Amino acid sequence: MTDQPLKAIVEGALIAAGGPLTLDQLLALFGEDERPERAAILDCIRELSADYEGRGIEIAEVAGGYRVQVRASVAPWVARLWDEKAPRYSRALLETLALIAYRQPITRGEIEDIRGVAVSTNIIKTLTEREWVRVVGHRDVPGRPALYATTRRFLDYFGLRSLNELPPLSEIRDPESYFLSTNVVPTSEPTENTP
Amino acid sequence: MNAPRETEGIAAAVEPDLSTADVRPEPPLAIVRGAPFLTLPQDLYIPPDALEVFLETFEGPLDLLLYLIRRQNLDILDIPIAEITEQYMEYVELMRELRLELAAEYLLMAAMLAEIKSRMLLPRPQEAEEEGADPRADLVRRLQEYERFKQAAADLDALPRLERDHFIVEAAVPPGFIRRLPPDVELHELLSALREVLARAELFTSHRVEKEQLSLRERMSQVLERLNGGGFARLTDLFDPSEGRPGVVVTFLALLELIKSSVLELVQSESFAPIHVKLREFSPATTA
Repeated sequence: MTDQPLKAIVEGALIAAGGPLTLDQLLALFGEDERPERAAILDCIRELSADYEGRGIEIAEVAGGYRVQVRASVAPWVARLWDEKAPRYSRALLETLALIAYRQPITRGEIEDIRGVAVSTNIIKTLTEREWVRVVGHRDVPGRPALYATTRRFLDYFGLRSLNELPPLSEIRDPESYFLSTNVVPTSEPTENTP
Repeated sequence: MNAPRETEGIAAAVEPDLSTADVRPEPPLAIVRGAPFLTLPQDLYIPPDALEVFLETFEGPLDLLLYLIRRQNLDILDIPIAEITEQYMEYVELMRELRLELAAEYLLMAAMLAEIKSRMLLPRPQEAEEEGADPRADLVRRLQEYERFKQAAADLDALPRLERDHFIVEAAVPPGFIRRLPPDVELHELLSALREVLARAELFTSHRVEKEQLSLRERMSQVLERLNGGGFARLTDLFDPSEGRPGVVVTFLALLELIKSSVLELVQSESFAPIHVKLREFSPATTA
């Protein structure tokens, strides 16, 4: 088998799949007698990736394998193909998602402890319906609260290969940064913004 | 400083005035999402009119507190507690129409700050002067933790993602190449299909039973007719298996009925020998 057809097959498959394909899935496209080496397929992906340099598409490696996607640089124009704008997510949802991503498995109560507010059922529902998070078990304490974790689909959506690729959590701030002064003597005069 | 400013939200509206730590700057005005002028919070007091907006703008009391600390340079130890408490109590009435649960979390925060302040004011015994005894420690820990994840949420939002920054490329495959394989048939599916057919067949057999076909009286007559020639008939010969179960049962009932009314009698020469049926000789029904 020459390189050229294999590369074309890999390209065709990646584009037709409409989602990421793993190396195993790509290998499974071939019959026993014609099955190429893994390295050969990887070479094809690398070559395709180089071919797409300067084009509107690129090959990305995500948790679910390799996928062909529209480059972010042209996304603003491409996005106008659809009437609907890309969904924007509330800070409440993103904070909840961040806590599940970084602290999984985590219960709803633990999320609420850190955020200082109740987590609305709608947020959990949206995250579950998008299949970004799922219940992976229950903590063995009274009430047996559900433990949430992120899914492969979450990683795919955010273009990550694994949780290790999440942006690192910021450093814990210096406790003193939360106080203007350590002066314990309070002022007793009323503030002026009292109605 | 008093000029109304169009802002994205509340966050960027106010420049902290560092020179007047004790004398607070005049309350600045801002336009929030086109809503009327609001006095921005310089401490935990939120003007009642603005409360609803604030509940939507901030992700809870920790978020509000962080904003106050970072943007307003509020010294969380420098809050006139009595006033705040009084003002917050006014909210409680207002809350009935709003989101009581969320409002409660703000009230809890105010209560917590009041407690911290009161502890800080009290003279502390020497042994409590250690690191862990600082009443602010728990609040600071919570603020630190919350701020990290607030940042993490922003970082997550900034990641290039599908539907916004990337779109999956999808090409159509020419028609005729996509072969949908029929699914494998499991044995239990086959059996359940058979069971269904049998259940339906059952319905049909029961419908085929007609009253005339299986009249007990008619069958009694038929049995008598066969025995009219006299002599014995093997019991089993009287049954017609091709009639099926209902026919056999009716014949059997007819025999029992005739025996009961002493028209027929059963004869068996020895144990396990074939059973024979014959007319009773003295039967009045006999037409010799």
